[in-house]
Amino acid sequence: MKMKKAKILTALGLVGSLALGTGSALASGGEVHLKHEHWSFDGYTGSYDQAALRRGLQVYRDVCSACHSLDYVAFRNLSDEGGPSFPEKMMKAIAAEYEMPGIDDEGEPIMRPGASPDYFPSPYANTTQAEAMNGGAMPPDLSLMAKARRDGPNYIFSLLTGYEEEVPHDVEVLEDLNYNPYFPGGQIAMAQPLYGDDVEYADGTEATIEQEARDVAHFLMWAAEPRLEERKTGGRKALLFLIILSGLMFLCYRMVWSDVDH
Amino acid sequence: MAHQSNYNPSNGFTKWMDERLPIIRLGYDSFVEFPNPRNLNYWWTFGAVLAVALIWQIVTGIVLAMHYTPTVEGAYASIEHIMRDVNYGWFLRYGHANGGAMFFLAVYIHMFRGLYYGSYKAPREVLWILGMLIYFLMMATGFLGYVLPWGQMSFWAATVITNFFDAIPWVGGSIKTLLLGGPAVAEPTLNRFYSLHYLLPFIIVGVVILHIWALHIPGSANPTGIEKKGPQDTLPFHPYFTVKDLFAVAVFATFFAWFLYFQPNAMGHPDNYIEANPLQTPPHIVPEWYYLPFYAILRSITFDIFFLKAQLLGVIAMFGSIVILFFLPWLDRSKVRSMRYRPVMRFFFILFVLDCFILGWVGANSPDVTVLGIEAKNIGLFSTFYYFAFFMIIMPVVGMMETPKPLPEGIHESVLARSGKGASKHADGDA
Repeated sequence: MKMKKAKILTALGLVGSLALGTGSALASGGEVHLKHEHWSFDGYTGSYDQAALRRGLQVYRDVCSACHSLDYVAFRNLSDEGGPSFPEKMMKAIAAEYEMPGIDDEGEPIMRPGASPDYFPSPYANTTQAEAMNGGAMPPDLSLMAKARRDGPNYIFSLLTGYEEEVPHDVEVLEDLNYNPYFPGGQIAMAQPLYGDDVEYADGTEATIEQEARDVAHFLMWAAEPRLEERKTGGRKALLFLIILSGLMFLCYRMVWSDVDH
Repeated sequence: MAHQSNYNPSNGFTKWMDERLPIIRLGYDSFVEFPNPRNLNYWWTFGAVLAVALIWQIVTGIVLAMHYTPTVEGAYASIEHIMRDVNYGWFLRYGHANGGAMFFLAVYIHMFRGLYYGSYKAPREVLWILGMLIYFLMMATGFLGYVLPWGQMSFWAATVITNFFDAIPWVGGSIKTLLLGGPAVAEPTLNRFYSLHYLLPFIIVGVVILHIWALHIPGSANPTGIEKKGPQDTLPFHPYFTVKDLFAVAVFATFFAWFLYFQPNAMGHPDNYIEANPLQTPPHIVPEWYYLPFYAILRSITFDIFFLKAQLLGVIAMFGSIVILFFLPWLDRSKVRSMRYRPVMRFFFILFVLDCFILGWVGANSPDVTVLGIEAKNIGLFSTFYYFAFFMIIMPVVGMMETPKPLPEGIHESVLARSGKGASKHADGDA
């Protein structure tokens, strides 16, 4: 009977993992395989690389922000622990470089410098303007892009470096679209945004296209999941606690049941 | 409760209370002294896991509701507010979303266990029916909750599911309008879904109380399927089963915590991190994994039968696949409960479990995907057929035809035989 029990358990486990597997296999949709980068935030002990986040912010501000909003990130977040962790002064200086709508003491509408509670402003006044300026389709907000695509950081990296790839002979690229094998359908409206040397990194890192793509993907992962470090630190403690608790409960169980047949 | 109460109030207060509201007696009889079959295996610990899961969902849900905004304008942003600005908001939200999936995982194990060991058979029919009612309410609650984040999958799941009702003749359109609060998924829909998502869990609590009450009349079934005959067959609930259940809950919590902390989005769909957009249909609309088999049944019928349209037949099949579970106690004609002693039925049961997983795979994939040259929709149709055949043909027929293996004389004898001790040894431990 023990054997049978084990068999049933294995069978259930196997089909269980199959069921979970199909979900992700399905969502990737059978498109080309994404490039696989090493990310410091992967794994049980993963955390963000502060320098990469700061460089990624630079790429976002100098390149992406011309067309893409970052609605859910506030300037104050740039000083958050587990993020780019800018000193408050620097964060406020970054915020002040933006102009935000406000009112003066008389209640008249004015433009004022950005402050820490403000959010990154959208490059557009409204959706209609965004669509009109981009051939009818609004460039998506980037706050959650790293979670809104399967394997987001690798997707962003692959997409940004995917313009370099040669167009296959049997593909006819439509007018106003660009070939990019990593985009669903293979043709994307966004023109190649990064070529290398698009930014001059404050920390002196060489701004190759791969470096820029990797940094901005890293930054966007933080933008999408700013509490990742808190989560993983908590997770290590919680798992350790629960494993020990399970062990102790098992010993209690054995002790209590030691004097009876079962 | 069904067994003799042996509770003795020991002090003035408990004596006073016992004469007025014997709630301590109820607790003592139900969860301390209650005699449980001593041969329960780990499959029986999922009842406790489910009780904890329900409480977990309600507690995290109540706190989430404090921060959530049920408006089209604000819902999606309020989820992000929870994830970013609320203290441990990510923990609550990932805990609630993954907790829902864990709840379903546990309930499926619990149901398959009931099916395998014949726990639904007399005198436990009402217990089983209440369980099915809980399951049905869970499905409704899960669906309503999935809509609340107002992501792309939320919106389109709501659209697709409520469209089923259109298939019902005459009244379908009105039912759909009532559910949606208008012609399409919009703010009134979100408002009523939020209200109902908050309400249904408490109805589940009510039915769970009835479920436990119904359980405590005959007591738990057990792997042998033989009723307990005397004290040699049982052990008191506390400490024997409390400690075993707590162990199981701790192990299950470890598994859950791994998802919550390290793979919180593995079971979700990335499209739900895109705000709902009524003008843009996602390429694949897929429900959460725990609905996939039913989604496959819904889509499996692609042909009309006489005047019945395929869409209506799909809806009938999907609801039928759940309704049929309520009739299990009467579909099974076997006198033996446990499939441990029913080799033929056991074979069909294993096929049935596989069938559910195949249906899940079909539900997750587009109908024209092919495996070994067979289209998924044909696999779905065949699997749907087996799903119903298992209950409507195999269960009654095998029940009448099969010759079961010899049953042990009693629970205690079976326990002794399994632990390798002779049947001559006397009862111990629980005097």
